[in-house]
Amino acid sequence: MTLPNGWEIVVGLEVHTELKTATKMFCGCANRFGAEPNTNVCPVCLGLPGSLPVLNVRAVDLAMAIGMALHCTIAPSTFHRKNYFYPDMPKDFQISQYDLPINKGGYLDLPDASRVSIERAHLEEDTGKSTHLGGSGRIHGADRSLVDYNRSGVPLVEIVSGPDIRSSSQARAYASELRGILIATGASDGRMEEGSMRIDANVSVRQADAEFGTRCEIKNLNSLRSLQRAIDYEAMRQVELIEAGGTVRQETRHWDEILGATSTMRIKEEADDYRYFREPDLVDLAPDQAWQDRIRSQLGPMPAQRRRELTARLTSATQAQLDAVEVVIDLGLDRLVNYAADGGADVSLALSRAANELAGGIEGVDRLTPEAFCATVLMEQRGELSSTQAKTVLGELLASGGDPHAIAGTMGFEQLSSDSLGETVDELIERHPDEWTRYREGDEKLAQFFIGQVMKATKGRANGKAVIAELQARR
Amino acid sequence: MKSAFQIVDEVRRGATTAAAELATCLDAVRARNEELNVFLYVDEEGAAAAASRVDGILASGGDGGALAGVPIAIKDNMCQRGIPTTCSSKILEGWRPPYNATVLDRLLAAGAVPVGKTNLDEFAMGSSTENSAFGPTRNPLDPSRVPGGSSGGSAAAVAAGMTPLALGSDTGGSIRQPAALCGLVGVKPTYGLVSRYGLIAFASSLDQIGPFAKTVRDAAMLLEVIAGHDPMDSTSLPEQSPSLVAHVGDGVAGKRVGVVRELIEGADQDVVDAVDRATRVLADAGATLVELSIPELRLGLSAYYLIAPAEASSNLARYDGVRFGLRVNAEDVSAMNEATRTAGFGAEVKRRIMLGTYALSAGYYDAYYGQALKVRTQMIDAFRRAYREVDLLIGATAPSVAFEFGSKTSNPMSMYLSDVFTIPTNLAGEAALSVPFGTGEAGLPVGVQLLGPGRSEGLLLAGARVLEIADGRP
Amino acid sequence: MSSSLRREDVAKVAQLARLSLSDDELDKFTEQLGQVLEHANDMGTLNLENVVATAHPFGLINVVRDDVVRPSLDRSEVLAMAPDARDGRFAVPRIMGEAP
Ligand SMILES: [Mg+2]
Ligand SMILES: [Zn+2]
Repeated sequence: MTLPNGWEIVVGLEVHTELKTATKMFCGCANRFGAEPNTNVCPVCLGLPGSLPVLNVRAVDLAMAIGMALHCTIAPSTFHRKNYFYPDMPKDFQISQYDLPINKGGYLDLPDASRVSIERAHLEEDTGKSTHLGGSGRIHGADRSLVDYNRSGVPLVEIVSGPDIRSSSQARAYASELRGILIATGASDGRMEEGSMRIDANVSVRQADAEFGTRCEIKNLNSLRSLQRAIDYEAMRQVELIEAGGTVRQETRHWDEILGATSTMRIKEEADDYRYFREPDLVDLAPDQAWQDRIRSQLGPMPAQRRRELTARLTSATQAQLDAVEVVIDLGLDRLVNYAADGGADVSLALSRAANELAGGIEGVDRLTPEAFCATVLMEQRGELSSTQAKTVLGELLASGGDPHAIAGTMGFEQLSSDSLGETVDELIERHPDEWTRYREGDEKLAQFFIGQVMKATKGRANGKAVIAELQARR
Repeated sequence: MKSAFQIVDEVRRGATTAAAELATCLDAVRARNEELNVFLYVDEEGAAAAASRVDGILASGGDGGALAGVPIAIKDNMCQRGIPTTCSSKILEGWRPPYNATVLDRLLAAGAVPVGKTNLDEFAMGSSTENSAFGPTRNPLDPSRVPGGSSGGSAAAVAAGMTPLALGSDTGGSIRQPAALCGLVGVKPTYGLVSRYGLIAFASSLDQIGPFAKTVRDAAMLLEVIAGHDPMDSTSLPEQSPSLVAHVGDGVAGKRVGVVRELIEGADQDVVDAVDRATRVLADAGATLVELSIPELRLGLSAYYLIAPAEASSNLARYDGVRFGLRVNAEDVSAMNEATRTAGFGAEVKRRIMLGTYALSAGYYDAYYGQALKVRTQMIDAFRRAYREVDLLIGATAPSVAFEFGSKTSNPMSMYLSDVFTIPTNLAGEAALSVPFGTGEAGLPVGVQLLGPGRSEGLLLAGARVLEIADGRP
Repeated sequence: MSSSLRREDVAKVAQLARLSLSDDELDKFTEQLGQVLEHANDMGTLNLENVVATAHPFGLINVVRDDVVRPSLDRSEVLAMAPDARDGRFAVPRIMGEAP
């Protein structure tokens, strides 16, 4: 979207990401999404009198990894208390980093070659979660609320960008690239729908090259689509307000996904006095060079580099292939594609199988070894499996793991060398056009007829499932 | 009553049992608790179980621990699993912590027998134990006077012969001052020597748990048990507990003792005289005296009464009626928080919360809290310079002997001034103790304060032992 | 540094600290807190521009723990402390606005 009359969008993003640690930031309770309410809580994360925080070393490791991936300086840092009353915050203060964050001054390069500066990426703790009873189930109109502290004290890194973003699509690209980096560092699973990555957008508008306008902060955007829509809506709202002679008021706004609109949540006012001061229960954090070097040495390549490397393996990439590269990088499947390509597989075939079949069954991808993926692609490439068979084998590998040769054997793919099953099916279709038409029109019973015919023709060597797959591919 | 040292010795020899010592202690509690209001809660059942566990271990040939069978009183701002813990506040009335403070675990492991929870100024804010929501504690030596505070209940328990040992906490003098007013030894250990895990925070950067005892050796025994690194407290010093009991008799020969003008001036004449006599005793024992002036100490009170309330205002935010303790219901959650806190906190706690909130708030931070932190730096530097010249310092613990009830309650500032000699040590995170030495007005005990750098507890206890002997308690 | 603490300052601070004060209390606290701040003015006369602030007495750094799960509390024990609990959660009166 472009704004009318020479207006320009100015956006800075604050991204909160939950860290993938085993335990919470300051106590040994499990950091686990989806547990029964208030089962992962202890005196520390409930803020009981007398309890004290002790910093989780893994949270520091991951925060540094994020900082390094974002070209930040790792700096000696301290923890502060941010004081405000809220029922989902057990101590009624949040432990966060304030004037001395662990990471400062970095940048993130986007695929379109633009660069967004990173002001800081600091450690802080998450709050509990409230649900609202009565009324609409939303916070407004509810007559009571229930609080679950399982999330209280989960480690977060808050990544604050400079106000460098100039369009909603650039904001989206930034969030998407950052998400890829968070996944690549192992710091986060990037699951926005589970709230493990949440975005606040600071939006203002200005005439090109003028001073920044007054900004509004849109809280808790939890999908890339919401981020983009909310920024567009908010920018237009501000432009229309100003053009109608009004002024933008600094405030926190809420994005309503259904209405597709932002609305006032809270006006920033004097009452926002967080009385920050040094957290006296924690000591300074100053990772030495050896600690930093250890984290740096464990850092794998980031998405931009991996994207470049994978694209370079394609002789002349089509747009469809570039799109496939995006999908593969986004899901971290380039590791499998590269392994297969190194093992002699055709890059574009491996890429296509990864971007389609593997992406479609991503929840099972941990069951698939690089060796198995490589072997399957090679079998397809050599004509030992038809493309349909190869897809079936990959489906089986994602569902239950195992060895592709064995799976092909069990399914009877290998006995029928090359594409002979496919050929047999083609012949039978030609010979029984009426049955084929009825099957195509939805009469599933005829699948059995064709299986029977195939079995007769192959003397029982075929696999029923494989026959159905061949039939369906032709339907 | 027997000393802790004597009880451990007899229990181990089989001359007495932990159960018998507990019975004696409970008799003493029954005899005077109503009059003195020392214990807010007596855990007869838990104490009996702890005693019989010790007796069982000894009967089967075990060691029983360094405090085998010694009854001990616990200031009611330390968490003990399943035992009501109130901080003498209505806001926590009825709350039973689901966990033990580290010091409780260590006491139990050492065979001590925790008898119950003692009264204090609400959230340890006060110097007389008059600020308790459950009524004041009386000084066993003269029930018309205060026992000092905020650990007044723990001091009174030992002074009344109810228990030979007690735990207190010292944020600005809350162990040393009541020890002085009740004629006891009280130690404020080096910051980080004793774990704060499970100590309900007043001011986190100043709070330390420490012992009360009638004798120096008993205090050393208790401190040895509770000191040492705790992974649950990030501010815990890394080393294990120091050896203290073995060095109580080391004396002060060859040590340099700084006689600090600012730690004496302004005190009543009887207190000044006692400090003078004590100083001469140390000199007679072979110490070299050095007259010192450390003007920075005069700023301690101002810095303390900004830093401690600032931290407290944040530490006490969690008493909001949501998860535990008192709730006063209201329309919405903010109104509920406010109604709960307004009803649950006493006037002194409110005063300090507001003072601290003000000192941290936008526009005042630099002038008050920020400035106080810089004064704190100066205090630390001043002590460091002094300890390059001398090994320990001597001064008064409190400006006067135990005072009458109500004599300082109308004017908070006059109450705050009773901590003027003790506060600098807390700001510097160093060690100090109070040891009784002679008597003053109305025959009441006077406390002499010995101060040293971090980790100097052994030297301070040895110095206190010299004074103890000279004062006729061999 | 000015110690002329005003009544409205005390009222604002009480609101920040979630305490409600009667008119009498407001007067009394204004006077008493004013006295403490007055006393604190002795610090204001010092030139501490080049002095570093000390928030903590000892210079420990990098105190961390391993990322190893320890047992959590039993939920029934946790909720037994609560003034009000429902459905395994702590119950509170309605929340008027979202977190800042
Ligand atoms: Mg934040
Ligand atoms: Zn926990």
